[in-house]
Amino acid sequence: MALAVCIEDATVERGGRVALDRISLTVEPGLLLGVTGPNGSGKTTLLNLINGLLLPVSGHVEVLNEVVTPASSRRLRRRVAYLPQMAPPDPRMPVLVREVVLMGRYGRIGLGRRPGADDYAAASRAMQRVGLAELADRPIGQLSGGEQQRVALARALAQEATILLLDEPTTFLDQSARADLLELIAAIHAEGRLTTLLVSHELDFVRRICKRIVSLEQGRLTTTAEVAA
Amino acid sequence: MSLGVLAEPFMQRAILACCLTGVVCACVGVVVITMRLAFIGVCMSHAAFAGALVGLLVGAPPLALAFPASLVAAGLVGPLADRSDFSPDTALGIIFASTLGASFIILGLMPGSKAPALGLLWGSVLTAGRIDLWILGGVTAAIVALALIFFKEVQAVVFDRRVAAAVGLPATALFYGILTAAGAAITASLHVVGGLLVFSLIINPAAAAQQLTYRLDHMLLIAAALGIVSALLGLAVSYLADLPSGAVIVVASSVVFGLAFAFSPKRRAVRAARGAA
Repeated sequence: MALAVCIEDATVERGGRVALDRISLTVEPGLLLGVTGPNGSGKTTLLNLINGLLLPVSGHVEVLNEVVTPASSRRLRRRVAYLPQMAPPDPRMPVLVREVVLMGRYGRIGLGRRPGADDYAAASRAMQRVGLAELADRPIGQLSGGEQQRVALARALAQEATILLLDEPTTFLDQSARADLLELIAAIHAEGRLTTLLVSHELDFVRRICKRIVSLEQGRLTTTAEVAA
Repeated sequence: MSLGVLAEPFMQRAILACCLTGVVCACVGVVVITMRLAFIGVCMSHAAFAGALVGLLVGAPPLALAFPASLVAAGLVGPLADRSDFSPDTALGIIFASTLGASFIILGLMPGSKAPALGLLWGSVLTAGRIDLWILGGVTAAIVALALIFFKEVQAVVFDRRVAAAVGLPATALFYGILTAAGAAITASLHVVGGLLVFSLIINPAAAAQQLTYRLDHMLLIAAALGIVSALLGLAVSYLADLPSGAVIVVASSVVFGLAFAFSPKRRAVRAARGAA
């Protein structure tokens, strides 16, 4: 079976220092992989390596059977949905929820082309799935933290990607919103068997929903643990 | 004042220049303030002024040097804004002070009359010539066309550059394209409102529009309309009161912002929400 992600001996440097040090990792299609580790251990760098926002200085990275290069990375990002860790947007941000979700389609629509009926339909389905349909015409800055993360998740779903990368999606959320969001992520994965990498500090939950967990420390993979069903 | 002045070619050119400046500055301003990049724009406008002065000093067309100078400023400040080890405020302070200092050194070095240089400092819409209008018209048409064609890309970059990059858009290229458009708008507007004041016309109408809508497309239209209103109001007052046109246009745009702020439904909504909490 072809791998969704295959990283071999990859080293990544950021700001003149080694952020990932000769790591190797394989991810099978449909896997929900938990990524843990202390701050600064390289978790976000790992996600950025997989979606081509960062390139290795040495080693080999292949995602969805395509070698990640400067030429392929932007094309690849259309098939890899990424939710970066984000602070809440400006409350005055002149963008509606529907428009943020539709942004998930922008890469595949192409430069200078307008969204079509298919794109609007995909965005509506995604909003429906995460329970945001009635908030579609609200300004994004007026939503709660939990609702904004649901919008980000809907954007990723609208992208109809093959891989989903989630970077600390529960940051800035209260306990109740954190639990709701993680349940939603688990449910979406269970429905679509979307290959998912979840970076999170919620260790108990990560252990409960992930089939495998990898730990990073100072840019190195220190632990890979299979979780019993 | 007789309305007959409206039939005068110089006034017709001034009115057209005001309309074009109002639109082009407002379009750029919407993007700049939504991305919270006001500091880059300030540096660009002062750098454009310094570049134009160099042009006057060496006998070259001022605007031909103002444009690259504004892009150099954007090229210096833009990447610094992305770096976590360097405060954007510090970069702003250094480049802002440097460009302004350089401008006044060039003014001091300039032999003979300083009137052309001061015209670039304060602006002089009533002396706008055909070439000024062609440049302004061309830049305005290009920026409006680009905004229409690449609206969704601009919207994504304005919302969050990381999100734009994550969905497969060339976010960095788009960001520098926006800065280039800002440089072109600032350069083309130099003659009308001047290097010191152009940035107010970029910020004020866009900030006023931001008080009135939550949609980017509506914000662009409202900002353009308020930019035209500000420029024409300023032109009328400056002509009637015999005051410097650039300065009065900027004050008019500030008044427009003040009114929008006072009657902002967004502000009222925030107040109501706070009261309910």
